Amino acid sequence: MNQRPAMDISGLPTFGHGPRSPTWWGTLGFMALEGTGFALAAGAYLYLATLWPNWRLSAPQPNHWPGTIVTLLLIVSLVPNHMLNRYAKECAIGPVRIGMVVMSLLGVAPLIVRWFEFPALNIYWDTNAYGSMLWVLLGLHTTHLITDVGDTIVLTVLMFTHHGYSGRRFGDVGDNVFYWDFVVLTWIPIYLLIYWIPRLG
Amino acid sequence: MSSADLTSERDLPPEREASAKGDVAPERDGPRDTGMDDASLHRWLTRTWRTPPGIIGALSSVDHKVIARRYLVTAFLFLCLGGLNAVAMRIQLSGPQRGLIGPDLYNQLFTMHGVTMMFLFAVPIVQATGIYLVPLMVGTRNIAFPRLNAFSYWVYVSGGLFAWVSFALSMAPDVGWFAYVPLSGPEYGPGKRADVWAQMITYTEVSSLAVAVATIVTVFKQRAPGMSLDKIPLYVWSLLVTSFVVVFAMPAVMITSTFLILDRLVGTHIFNPAEGGDALLFQHLFWFFGHPEVYIIFLPATGMVSAIIPAFARRPVFGHLGLVLSLIAVGFLSFGLWVHHMFATGLPKLGASFFTASSMMIAIPNGVQIFCWLATLWDGRPVIRTPLLFVFGFFFIFVIGGLTGVMLASVPLDLQVHDTYFVVAHFHYVLIGGAVFPLLGAAYFWFPKITGRMMSERLGRWHFWLALIGFNAAFFPMHIVGLWGMPRRVYTYPAELGWGNINLFISAGAVLFFLSFVLFAFNLVHSALKGAPAGDNPWDAGTLEWATSSPPPSYNFARIPVVTNVEPLWAEREALPVATGLRVDARELIISTVAEAHPDIREKSATPSIWPLLAAISVGGTFLYSIFTPWAIVWGAAPIAVTLIGWFWPKGDPEDEE
Amino acid sequence: MKRLASIAFATAIALFLQGCAGWQSALDPKGPAASELAWLIWFFTGLCAVVWVLVMAALAVPLMMRSRERLEPLVLDAGADNRKLRVVMTAVGLTAVILVGLTLLSFFANRTLAAIGSDAALTIRVTGHQWWWEVRYEDATPSRILTTANEIHIPAGEPVRLLLTSTDVIHSFWVPSLSGKLDLIPGRMNVLDIKADKPGVYRGQCAEFCGAQHANMGTFIIAEPRAKFDAWWNDQLQPAAAPSNDEAKTGEDLFLKRPCVMCHKIGGTPAGGTVAPDLTHVASRQTLAAGTLTMSRGNLAAWIADPQGVKPGSHMPVVDLSGDELNAIVAYLEGLK
Repeated sequence: MNQRPAMDISGLPTFGHGPRSPTWWGTLGFMALEGTGFALAAGAYLYLATLWPNWRLSAPQPNHWPGTIVTLLLIVSLVPNHMLNRYAKECAIGPVRIGMVVMSLLGVAPLIVRWFEFPALNIYWDTNAYGSMLWVLLGLHTTHLITDVGDTIVLTVLMFTHHGYSGRRFGDVGDNVFYWDFVVLTWIPIYLLIYWIPRLG
Repeated sequence: MSSADLTSERDLPPEREASAKGDVAPERDGPRDTGMDDASLHRWLTRTWRTPPGIIGALSSVDHKVIARRYLVTAFLFLCLGGLNAVAMRIQLSGPQRGLIGPDLYNQLFTMHGVTMMFLFAVPIVQATGIYLVPLMVGTRNIAFPRLNAFSYWVYVSGGLFAWVSFALSMAPDVGWFAYVPLSGPEYGPGKRADVWAQMITYTEVSSLAVAVATIVTVFKQRAPGMSLDKIPLYVWSLLVTSFVVVFAMPAVMITSTFLILDRLVGTHIFNPAEGGDALLFQHLFWFFGHPEVYIIFLPATGMVSAIIPAFARRPVFGHLGLVLSLIAVGFLSFGLWVHHMFATGLPKLGASFFTASSMMIAIPNGVQIFCWLATLWDGRPVIRTPLLFVFGFFFIFVIGGLTGVMLASVPLDLQVHDTYFVVAHFHYVLIGGAVFPLLGAAYFWFPKITGRMMSERLGRWHFWLALIGFNAAFFPMHIVGLWGMPRRVYTYPAELGWGNINLFISAGAVLFFLSFVLFAFNLVHSALKGAPAGDNPWDAGTLEWATSSPPPSYNFARIPVVTNVEPLWAEREALPVATGLRVDARELIISTVAEAHPDIREKSATPSIWPLLAAISVGGTFLYSIFTPWAIVWGAAPIAVTLIGWFWPKGDPEDEE
Repeated sequence: MKRLASIAFATAIALFLQGCAGWQSALDPKGPAASELAWLIWFFTGLCAVVWVLVMAALAVPLMMRSRERLEPLVLDAGADNRKLRVVMTAVGLTAVILVGLTLLSFFANRTLAAIGSDAALTIRVTGHQWWWEVRYEDATPSRILTTANEIHIPAGEPVRLLLTSTDVIHSFWVPSLSGKLDLIPGRMNVLDIKADKPGVYRGQCAEFCGAQHANMGTFIIAEPRAKFDAWWNDQLQPAAAPSNDEAKTGEDLFLKRPCVMCHKIGGTPAGGTVAPDLTHVASRQTLAAGTLTMSRGNLAAWIADPQGVKPGSHMPVVDLSGDELNAIVAYLEGLK
């Protein structure tokens, strides 16, 4: 088919941050589907909790302290996370490298505490459905935590190589920041569901 | 940069020095297409966008058309296998008390028929059609996240093989495609059969979800300049809505199958009523996915109808906006109906009535679609070719399926026909009428684009009549035998119930319907080899996929079109307006804004890579192993991590660095 | 082509008319619930048929048109499109009205159905097992509680309340000529009220896939006049008949010595198993193995000798018996009227 030039786009930039970038939208898509998974697992928990009048099925209270420490660590981590986002937008390689190291450490820390959170549930997954759901919810979030921390560490290493100093990498850092927000935000309702909502009744 | 020399391909301008503050990322540059003559442009783009030669090259391909072709062929093979399952079942049921197939094999057969048709044929083939057509229709050079797309295919094909190898080993699931607990649970589902179901489902749905995300991003961010929301073709809209439904529905089935494997493998009690779980929870979760699933299959088919009708009615679709809103409404409503699959479980009456109302309501947007298509056809005499014949077949069959769907929405009526052959008839009318007939029409419609050759019209007409008659002969009597009391999923029935003759008739119809697909396969192969050359736009249709050659080159469009109308080729008959200024030595394409499709970024699309295949192998191996031990997750983590790092680690191409 | 289609259609109609006499048919109602439902089915079918014919007519219109093909696709007649818009809106409005009407109709039908069993005097607990039905007649007097299997006797003309549950997987109780179906779910209890207008035998079968022998999980509702029903209940409450001859006596001894006794109960003997059907009055039933075989001496022998051949996958094991032993056991069971 015949063509006629109607637009010149040679001046466009080669990368963009946030909603300008397709990767941001892809990350959002995966958040949507993983968030649906979280919501359905939480819904399954609430469904069983309302089905059985004696919910918790005479299991002991979980010890909320490890969970509370994880929550605090995750909330604190949001501050450097957003500083990192600003450096990535400015394409400032030095601060981004430092920020990535900090975020790797702040990712590993809650994972260590998480190790002690499972026994603090005070019930096993195969004791009854209440125990099963607690382990499922905690396990689901832990999976996200592990994969995102792994991702952060790999990206940190990458930022220290000669591949690090490029627009595309700064975009990746921005998406990593975005995803970490998601990991933190999905934890809050699960934390409340595991430790506090059963205490209301 | 008027004419570029191929030898200087990697001779890039020196890296621009970063400013001391480091607030600007380095930018490299290369030859652009501005003012380049067609022959040089073609040479450059072919070199940049080609799939590398050799086996490793083929396995590394990230071209959406190559991946889509593989998807289409694989899905068609699974259709044949699922069809053979059906024929085997129909032979067993052709008379009362036949001893050809025992219950053990029969139960595997109908489970594999359902699993294959839903998960390995219907969803993959509508997504595959989208993978092929959406980038072409929105005027871009590749799908978003091309490596993820390649990964999806490998996951899909290995998941399908996993199911069918299990079947060959008599280890296939025998608990129905819905795998209700407790029948599929640890106590009543011994052996590995239900585990195969659970892991195969979780695994293949990964592929569907990945394709959905890639499709959404392609439509949102890669549309040709000027293709604002109101100029997006209806087919692309249908894929967009479908992809959203996938994103919110598929996690439900993955959660269901994961809960099931946990109950079976590590002893959780999520579905065990004796320990605080509940069997109906499974059904709620499953149908929260299962009902939208129907629309995941049906909506893209409506998009195909919306693409075929204007080409042959010779006018844009009547009620474009109404159709878009209907698609969106159906997408939303599809999440509010799942309970109508559970009326017979004895739910509270008031709640059930609510779901009657919501199930009835979804008929309204579907009605809007039907009426708009009919109104489109009323403008003068349509050109009757095979694709349009299949659209007529779609009307004939799907409307019956939709109307019996209204019957099933009524709680009291459903209690008589639920889980009988009436329902079997209903959903085959909906799925075959609503999705397979449009797909067949689409095959005749887009085959010329994919292969460069026309399909035989003569064989096409024979195929149509054989399929229409075979289908109705096979499935219409099922309504009746269902009302006579024949339940689903029975491997035999007593002679004294008088269902023998009608079942023999059904089986004959089923064989006829199967033969229509043999004829179709013959037409496909014959036309691919000997069909008349098609040219770029054999139907004189109006959307962008027809603007490029048939089959399209690896880079789809030599220059990205600028869109001025919902049917751009009808609006710009003299010359297509195009954008210039993209680099030709790297895989550049235009990223545009979501609503208005203003060009915004020149971004690079990923280069071919073997890592998606390796990643799929490590993920697949982990899933397979997890049927036997939960520790598979631990052992599988290392290879998965290695392959994913290999995938994302930059290799020094401009596509990786900028 | 058209002739082929009309032959197919005629054949379908012929088959349809021929099969209407089914004793397991939703279109052959024998009770108030099924009658209400059959009426509903016909009403919906009729209305849907009319809608379908109208849509097909609308589709046929352009094919009949004499007008030529359109040449310039983007040149549209605005006036014609406006008229079309009105037609489409009217059609959508009509669709909505019909759907609201049908929703109300099914809501009221549901209310009618719910009222049928409100004064049921007789309660029967039906428990689903892979692949048979345990039937227990509830009574305030414990000695009058009666357990049997697969065949449910009810008084004709009276509403009866069925309590449905399961001990293993999900089943669904469905006797189409009397009522719609309802699931039997482990850990839950569903209530289904049924009523047969006239005496008769109404067949039903499990409607939820429940494993290998889902196809052979039949049940029979046997509606009888009240007096006959009461007599039946009293008969069933009696302990098993004593063996009437030597062969049957040998059969009883064998039954009690062999694994049979592990699963089956025979009232008045030490056999007290509860995982399989109660055999106290097995010979009074019309069928064997949940409707798989009709009750006869030959079928009893076939079922005991080769249960996995008759009903592959069923939980009835093969018990190693000589020919004489088999005959003796059959003779004994045959006497359990």
